[in-house]
Amino acid sequence: MTLAVDVTGLNKSFGAHHVVQDLAIQIETGKITGFLGPNGSGKTTTLRMLCGLLTPDSGEGRVLGLDFRKDAEAVKRQTGYMTQRFSLYEDLSIAENLDFVARVHELDRRRERVRDSLDRLGLTARKTQLAGSLSGGWKQRLALAAAILHDPKLLLLDEPTAGVDPKARREFWDEIHGLSAGGMTVMVSTHYMDEAERCHDIAYIAYGKLIARGTAEAVIDQSGLVTFRAEGPGADRLARDLATKPGVVMAAPFGAALHVSGVDRAALDAAIAPYRRPPLVWTEVQPTLEDVFIRLMSGAEDTFQ
Amino acid sequence: MSRQPSERPSGGLSINRIVAVLIKEFIQLTRDRLTYAMILVMPIAQLMLFGYAINGDPRDLPTAVYVQDQGPMARSTLAALANSGYFRIVRQATSPAELDDAIARGQVQFALTIPADFSRRVVRGDGAQILVEADATDPAATGGAIAALANLPQVALTRDLVGAVARPAAPPFEVIVHRRYNPEAITAYNIVPGLLGVILSMTLVMMTALGVTREYERGTMESLLATPARPIEVMIGKLTPYVVVGLIQTVVILTLARALFAVPMAGGWLALSLGVTLFIIGSLSLGFLISTLARTQLQAMQMSFFYIMPSILLSGFMFPFRGMPAWAQAIGGVIPVTHFLRVVRGAMLKGLGLAEMWTSLSALGLFVVAITGLAMARYRTTLD
Repeated sequence: MTLAVDVTGLNKSFGAHHVVQDLAIQIETGKITGFLGPNGSGKTTTLRMLCGLLTPDSGEGRVLGLDFRKDAEAVKRQTGYMTQRFSLYEDLSIAENLDFVARVHELDRRRERVRDSLDRLGLTARKTQLAGSLSGGWKQRLALAAAILHDPKLLLLDEPTAGVDPKARREFWDEIHGLSAGGMTVMVSTHYMDEAERCHDIAYIAYGKLIARGTAEAVIDQSGLVTFRAEGPGADRLARDLATKPGVVMAAPFGAALHVSGVDRAALDAAIAPYRRPPLVWTEVQPTLEDVFIRLMSGAEDTFQ
Repeated sequence: MSRQPSERPSGGLSINRIVAVLIKEFIQLTRDRLTYAMILVMPIAQLMLFGYAINGDPRDLPTAVYVQDQGPMARSTLAALANSGYFRIVRQATSPAELDDAIARGQVQFALTIPADFSRRVVRGDGAQILVEADATDPAATGGAIAALANLPQVALTRDLVGAVARPAAPPFEVIVHRRYNPEAITAYNIVPGLLGVILSMTLVMMTALGVTREYERGTMESLLATPARPIEVMIGKLTPYVVVGLIQTVVILTLARALFAVPMAGGWLALSLGVTLFIIGSLSLGFLISTLARTQLQAMQMSFFYIMPSILLSGFMFPFRGMPAWAQAIGGVIPVTHFLRVVRGAMLKGLGLAEMWTSLSALGLFVVAITGLAMARYRTTLD
């Protein structure tokens, strides 16, 4: 097993705000790692430090086998970065944007690469259209095509599917898995749980610290969370009552049903005992990743506030 | 009675809705600190600066004299000249060539020659004359002084001429005025070459400042910085198209100046080309520097205006440079447009070359070096 990313002691502050704190992260070559965490937890900052867009205050390690601080230029050349906001030129056409990226990376067989990329995107017929006139889903596909035009070994995606429809998201993830199968290492930050589950690995950070790491199953298991699901008329209305009971970490409606979770099984049982009566039907279920993350988020807040 | 929003008539003007927008607008105004500062600083600074600095009737204009007549009447004439308030004698030339050189280089605004036989001719009533040559490149700068000269013969010699020679009917001598470089006092000759400097500043500084700031504002800089492109590569790549824009503007302005306004082109092409090149590069670097300081295109626009206003008002473009008080001339002296105007007017109207204009040209060179250096130091390869 080789590591595409292996950094430790990563720190970054903006003024008094310590955005990334002593972060250590290893990412296996060829894996897709989901980068999760609440807004402002330091995901974007970490990605930007890895691709040389921000200078870390401290930290060391290797990215693609290179010292990521000293050889930032060399790392840049082998890294693709797709920004959270669409950051290609809206007043250039699709083909002109790709052509610019190819030139700035000094790629050989430029015309061929751009042509192939357009073909893959299915945008050959619309290549003279301005990038700004594309819909959200197409912009995102174009941005991905631009980020991988130079065949990077490491691909960093910052919330790539925000505001994109489900079909386009599905296709996007198929593409990411295709790239990963071809040996590309991918780091993707996201807020979507279904996307997190599509990743080989998950890294959960909150308030600049790495809180959980591993496969989705492992993260769920490690959480020690016990979840009960109540179904029946009015089940979802009980959330507010149950949330305040001792032993209940959270109670959240899921459509007409209710998920109640806690870490202490006995206390949780005691808390829901008064509600164990018809017409409600209670079953113990596997906690979802979302349950775990909401738990992690509130846990992290407790620690850092 | 409680008023639900739905009860309100939907067609009419609502004061509440206007107030809502109004409050929002005021809050946003105070959020952008630079804009906030500009609202207060702009009028105060400009009022103080331009209110005191601008003077359409310049006095104390530097004058060189070449006096061949050592008699008391020549001295009286010089004294009367100084007393008019328009002329300040800064140099006693020893030859006509020295006098000519001083006015050509723009060291003095006027050159006065009093011939050797001046006193003798005055006494004899034999058509005594003195010669005043004016650098009339800018007709506004010399207008007041030349008007004052008309009065000189009447007042200059009142004490010297007593008794028989005192003939109040006819003036004792005549002042010959030569308006050099722009004999017909055509304002366009001065303004049109000056416009070259102002137009180049306005378009080039603003275009670059906005062009680079736009990349930050739209987020495209984030992608650009993630590529292996180096700062110097980005800078050269971004600025070169505007060099072409600047050269096209120069050709268009000069062609129109000749075709429409018949502005003379006295020569000095090499100095002019060098001046234009330096000025274009300097203006672009300044735009680039502004873009490293401004966060939004609006701020970049405001900063550009902050540069352009004094460039128009204090450079000698709109108002005579020598009309300004010393402190304003000092400010004008650090504005690149001032030196560019001197080069353009010197070359086009006077036909001056590199040797005569090296001070202004080196000032432009210094501007390029300093601003480019600052811009490069400020430009970041990261988003820090």
